[in-house]
Amino acid sequence: MLIHENSLALYLSKSPNLSRIFSYMSKLPLLGDEAIAQAAIDAGLSGLFAYPGTPSTEITEYVLRSKEVKEGKIIASWTSNEKTAMEAAMGVSYIGKRGMTCMKHVGLNVAADAFINSAITGANGGLLVVSADDPSMHSSQNEQDSRFFGNFAMIPILEPSNQQEAYDMVHYAYEFSEKYEIPVLMRITTRLAHSRAGVVRSETRPQNKLRLPKTSNQFILLPGNARRRYKMLLGTQDSFIRESEESAFNKYFDSEDKKLGVIACGIAYNYLIENFPEQKVPHPVLKIGQYPLPRKLIEKIYKECDEVLVLEEGYPLVEESLRGFMNNGKTIHGRLDGTIPRDGELNPGIVAKAFGISFFEGREPSGNVVGRPPSLCKGCPHIYSYNALTEALEKYAKGRVFSDIGCYTLGALEPFTAIDTCVDMGASITMAKGAADTGLVPAVAVIGDSTFTHSGMTGLLDAVISKSPITVMILDNETTAMTGGQNSNAHGKIEDICTGLGVEEKHIHVLNPIQKHHDENMAVIKKELEYNGVSVVIPRRECIQTLAARIRAEKYKVKSATQ
Amino acid sequence: MKKDIILAGVGGQGILSIAAIIGTAALGKGLYLKQAEVHGMSQRGGDVHSNLRLSDKPVASDLIPGGQADMIIAVEPMESLRYVSMLAENGWLITNSTPHVNIKNYPELDDIIKEIRSLPQHIIIDADEIAKDLGNKRAANMVILGAALPFIGMETQIFHDAVRTIFGRKGEEIVKLNIDALKAGYDFAVSAIGTG
Ligand code: SF4
Repeated sequence: MLIHENSLALYLSKSPNLSRIFSYMSKLPLLGDEAIAQAAIDAGLSGLFAYPGTPSTEITEYVLRSKEVKEGKIIASWTSNEKTAMEAAMGVSYIGKRGMTCMKHVGLNVAADAFINSAITGANGGLLVVSADDPSMHSSQNEQDSRFFGNFAMIPILEPSNQQEAYDMVHYAYEFSEKYEIPVLMRITTRLAHSRAGVVRSETRPQNKLRLPKTSNQFILLPGNARRRYKMLLGTQDSFIRESEESAFNKYFDSEDKKLGVIACGIAYNYLIENFPEQKVPHPVLKIGQYPLPRKLIEKIYKECDEVLVLEEGYPLVEESLRGFMNNGKTIHGRLDGTIPRDGELNPGIVAKAFGISFFEGREPSGNVVGRPPSLCKGCPHIYSYNALTEALEKYAKGRVFSDIGCYTLGALEPFTAIDTCVDMGASITMAKGAADTGLVPAVAVIGDSTFTHSGMTGLLDAVISKSPITVMILDNETTAMTGGQNSNAHGKIEDICTGLGVEEKHIHVLNPIQKHHDENMAVIKKELEYNGVSVVIPRRECIQTLAARIRAEKYKVKSATQ
Repeated sequence: MKKDIILAGVGGQGILSIAAIIGTAALGKGLYLKQAEVHGMSQRGGDVHSNLRLSDKPVASDLIPGGQADMIIAVEPMESLRYVSMLAENGWLITNSTPHVNIKNYPELDDIIKEIRSLPQHIIIDADEIAKDLGNKRAANMVILGAALPFIGMETQIFHDAVRTIFGRKGEEIVKLNIDALKAGYDFAVSAIGTG
């Protein structure tokens, strides 16, 4: 269904009339994600590698649909996971070209090893990492704030407040990255990623030519080199701060009423000015779009105003650094003193309340509305996999099905309530192994095909080595369904991977998850639950959404060919 | 001119097509536009909504402030009420009357309709039935958009052009169906307010 709902982007990118209509309007209606993608193309991107994850997916999808990719001028592809994507982008940078990787916030956890070390190696060609945070967890398991990762790596962070800024910042990021030979992190949030507004493009720039690093050992992080590179990174921090102080993305707007100064980061700035007529705030405002924080501007607002209010999406990163541990300076308002809720996404109403602005807050919510949770599509293969599994497990006590991240996580809800865990990509197999090794026998892991090649394979190897009594169900719907049907790197390879990792062939079974085969599927699972070692069961049937999309595309092709 | 619109429905009912048409029409008129969509988990038969903001001045927030939406356009009656707290005191609620029942505890439809009728400005339209009469149930979303057009503050022709832009590549038949659906919805709404 996601595919269906994504159709607006498809309309806008595929409709031949649109380019004609928009050519005189000069503004393209782009999602924040698409603005970033278009900017990267315009800024001379050579290679983009990514693993899909809401709300970052549309960046890569947009680039994949571009004429530049179709003509082979830009290389773009989905990778097995965010770490492999990050490293591939580093390879692009290594040869002097402009590389990019995009991921959702939790994907940056997966890429963290490469990401943190990329700050030590530095960049050669421009290197941009986009991490899309999901405050309020619209479709994520936490609301972690990627700005902490940027600080941790000690690299510059850009945080756009709107789609145009997102576009402009990509150009700036590449210039910056090449000037200081440093990767740049761009942090966006769901609201910007998935909101559409008019964007004006700037001039396009040719791609860089192949040019290896000037210093031949730049990318060799042996301790001797790494210590030297790390000192260099520490040495450039002051320049990063100076750049932030001079950056057009950090703006100081002075105003009369100095009882309060407002620091507004990224998209929070919009919610601020939404609340004032003619968008004029009576207090001094420091708008933040680039980190490390611009020290002089922060000092100025702190010195000139009696109190400071910090508006930031995500964690109280700026607020905490302003307060410091002792918290014995001026009064700082924000998420830590309760002026703003500690968790969840900001909105105009929350900011209005922080200023004590009264407004018609709206009617009471309706009493005639109940929740309408998402559910597996009618006919989804997972339904039949769960029905078979649940019946096969009937004779065992509950609480032994470890699952993972994908559409099949909806198996946690009614009417299935078939799984007991969902933590992070790949955790099903490894948690089942740990539980089984220490006494929960049998334990079951339920993982999707794409999640399996993302982070499940290494865990399966662990289980094989320790002969853990687990049954691994790899639900193969031949796609990455939850994010809209991207190609899965697992396609056609699962059995080979499993045998290659040492799973015995006679304990690998492929099933067809349809009602008709329920009894035999159930019997196979039941038998493998009894086996005292690693077995793999692969229910395989294409996601009905990708299937439907494929049939629609074929029909369209036939129709166009016959016209 | 400023119009803050909430679109509401269930995944797969085509609310992003409504958003695409309004957005295209607004850009065609040179208006500023922000449209926050919902992608991800919520699509699988769950509720979906979208914030659409049009103005002749730059729009700051991607989200409509609570209690300030000029209009809720809903493809499903219960969903029309999910964000009723976002509606301005005198805002319009335009909704389909055909429920989409994919949950066990769907409330009494009569209660839902009664609550909608208690709002100062509303249009309740059986868009599924009208679309069926026009030959394709899938055009129900366009019937509802049509019913909203008398209150949107832009001439209807520009929406017909937008339909052509968005659906053009699918052929003249589809374009005509959707424009007819817009007209049918429009006529219904005009006569509904005429008769009070
Ligand atoms: S795997 Fe495909 S069919 Fe199943 S719930 Fe996901 S999108 Fe729907």
